[in-house]
Amino acid sequence: MTDSGHNRVAGANEPLVRFENVQKTYDGEILVVKDLNLDVERGEFLTLLGPSGSGKTTTLMMLAGFESATHGDIILDGKSLKTVPPHKRNIGMVFQNYALFPHMTVHENLAFPLQCHGVDKSEQESKIDAALAMVELTGFERRRPGQLSGGQQQRVALARALVFQPQIVLMDEPLGALDKQLREQMQIEMKHIHENLGLTFVYVTHDQSEALTMSNRIAVFNDGIIQQLDDPETLYEKPKNAFVAEFIGENNQLLGTVKDVSGDRCTVELASGEIIKALPVNIGGVGEKSMLSLRPEVITVEPGSDNSCDDIHTATVRELIYMGDHTRVRVETCGNEDFVIKMPRGSGGRSFDVGQDIKIGWHSQDCRALDAA
Amino acid sequence: MASTAETDVMMAADGVPLKIKLRRAERMRKIWALGLIAPLFIFIVGGFIVPIISLMTLSVEDPELNEALPRTAEIFSQWDGEGYPSEEAMLVFAEELSTADRGEFGRVSKRLNYDISGFKSMLKATARASDELTLLPADQILQGFIDIDDDWEDQAYWRAIKGASSAYSDYYMLWAVDLKRDGETGEIISVDEGRAVYVEVLIRTIEISFAVTILCFLMGLPIAYLLATLPTAKSNLLLILVLLPFWTSLLVRTTSWLVLLQNEGLVNDLGIWIGLWNEPLELVRNRLGVYIAMTHILLPFMVLPMFSVMKSINPWHMRAAASLGAPGWKAFLKVYMPQCMPGVGAGTLLVFILSLGYYITPALVGGPDDQMISYWIVQNMGRNANWGLGAALSLILLVLTMVMFFIYNRFVGIDNLKVN
Ligand SMILES: Nc1ncnc2c1ncn2[C@@H]1O[C@H](COP(=O)(O)OP(=O)(O)OP(=O)(O)O)[C@@H](O)[C@H]1O
Ligand SMILES: [Mg+2]
Repeated sequence: MTDSGHNRVAGANEPLVRFENVQKTYDGEILVVKDLNLDVERGEFLTLLGPSGSGKTTTLMMLAGFESATHGDIILDGKSLKTVPPHKRNIGMVFQNYALFPHMTVHENLAFPLQCHGVDKSEQESKIDAALAMVELTGFERRRPGQLSGGQQQRVALARALVFQPQIVLMDEPLGALDKQLREQMQIEMKHIHENLGLTFVYVTHDQSEALTMSNRIAVFNDGIIQQLDDPETLYEKPKNAFVAEFIGENNQLLGTVKDVSGDRCTVELASGEIIKALPVNIGGVGEKSMLSLRPEVITVEPGSDNSCDDIHTATVRELIYMGDHTRVRVETCGNEDFVIKMPRGSGGRSFDVGQDIKIGWHSQDCRALDAA
Repeated sequence: MASTAETDVMMAADGVPLKIKLRRAERMRKIWALGLIAPLFIFIVGGFIVPIISLMTLSVEDPELNEALPRTAEIFSQWDGEGYPSEEAMLVFAEELSTADRGEFGRVSKRLNYDISGFKSMLKATARASDELTLLPADQILQGFIDIDDDWEDQAYWRAIKGASSAYSDYYMLWAVDLKRDGETGEIISVDEGRAVYVEVLIRTIEISFAVTILCFLMGLPIAYLLATLPTAKSNLLLILVLLPFWTSLLVRTTSWLVLLQNEGLVNDLGIWIGLWNEPLELVRNRLGVYIAMTHILLPFMVLPMFSVMKSINPWHMRAAASLGAPGWKAFLKVYMPQCMPGVGAGTLLVFILSLGYYITPALVGGPDDQMISYWIVQNMGRNANWGLGAALSLILLVLTMVMFFIYNRFVGIDNLKVN
């Protein structure tokens, strides 16, 4: 299974999967997926991230062949999938509830896809052993799924999806049923497995930290549309619209009207009267509404003269929440009562009193002017 | 706390040792539990276990001669069966015949008639003349019997009396499987060809049950699958259709099949009208009719357990199988069906066991050669008043059922049984 790594080089110019103008409706009235155009590159770990009902599972199911696209085409490795039934697509899949076969042992579960693909007996054994070793479950061959813990079942499901060397592995919220600690551990392990195998993974989740941890690229879904498709860093630091800014990580939002755009800055007047300088990212013309987005960690409290903050405002402390490594300070400023600031441990966050007025500041390039969704 | 250190016995707050407290508390719970199951328990013992045990004893009892002619029974049982019984035995026999209670005498003559037909009337004639027999001298007593009826010269009659002399015997059990003991040697041999019926009936019973089970399975599988996979609204409608027969009496359903399938019935009329066949087909009063009616009646017992098991199968398994490269049929056979097995097992067991005991349906829609073991139990218990044989046949039915149950338990496991 390590040999599939060469795909990344060999066909690097052509994407492995291409969704072309794909639309999907279940009831003929509502488009669950609206005009999806998406390329999955060879060897990448692509995550579909989005709130519940945004069409992620539907997209995955169309790729796996369990749902048909109402319109458009899906191309896998240069061939249209329209007439290819699910069992001939050579796509591995890990389901949310694992869908391990309860009447088969772990060994039989892993042997099943190999038998279906006509792998001969001796080769089967070595592949099963390798797959189990990969997920660190050597010695569990004789157990049935019911005798495994949730995390172990998840690993078996992963091993089963990988053992027959599919071209691509799809996973629909595979870690949803695990507790936080196990989930984080599995995230790292799956990332490593991906790196070692060089396979293409398409992963569905609605947990943004999971997406950020594992992915090469993340497609943020909302309402059947990809809002933004970028690597995790870009997505977090340079969200293109208010939905992405809101959905990925925490952010403070200030709604205002664009007063002026000049060069790489614009000024926005808030309802409360403040004028704020911001980086124009996704705004209409002057006079249009805009949502300003500020990450809690870009805010400086009591900025000194040495600091490069070019926008400074007064704020009233409303609440202090001690989080261990940082303190969350909720303040009221610029007409927003839920303005959150993260102060790292040791930066004096504990010394404020509720009701106290403080100065806060930020660099105007960290203040992104987005659409007023 | 202080007291535990001193005595090592944990005390409750009121000073009673904890263990005793616990036992008291549990005793109350146990009494409660017993009280709750008592009505059902008594009902089962009185209405099920006791009758079954008494039925089982009936099948090995052979009491008639013992009750009617106790001294005869005693003395005949000591005879070795060679030649004729001793003159003394014959005398006792004659004496007891003359004084026998009429009802008891009737039963014993009927019992002896099972062995040799004609025995009954002969015994009646002998009893009428028994007073004179008792007066005969010992060495003329056999001649006396022969004077009443020549047949007394045949030792088989005398041996039949000996055969009926013990209170318990395998007589009826053997009869129920077309066997008997040879009068001379006491060996177990087959009964005469003309009288052998029950082995054939037994085989036929198993055969019909088996065929009905297979038919129910073949017809029930797709229905259960549909029920489990259709959207709720449609599957509920289908479920009602499946359950509908449950709300109609068995007799009504059977007789309506009779109406439908008879020569001038709807099915024949329709077939001829369409031109599928020209002469009325024999659809009823034969094996075909039995299969049709029994399959229809027993179908819900197959569908329901399969449905409830299929309902609990994760529908994603089929998709998982497809994603792993299995075509539809393979996914169904290798992934779906094995998970259905508890339901299939329960359904087939239920249908098979219920069919084993079927009576009304074959009696109404079957011909003379389609009657199952229950029919013969009813015949013997009722019209023939042959309780011993009826009980023996019932015992065979019971054993057959238990064997089925055992086989099922062995291969599927009774704890896997799922009936809704
Ligand atoms: N089989 C179906 N029939 C009808 N509507 C469906 C079906 N499956 C999904 N939908 C609808 O399609 C929309 C998208 O569903 P989808 O399962 O793709 O969402 P999702 O992004 O995977 O959400 P989640 O994170 O909750 O799993 C939802 O509004 C859902 O109600
Ligand atoms: Mg989903």
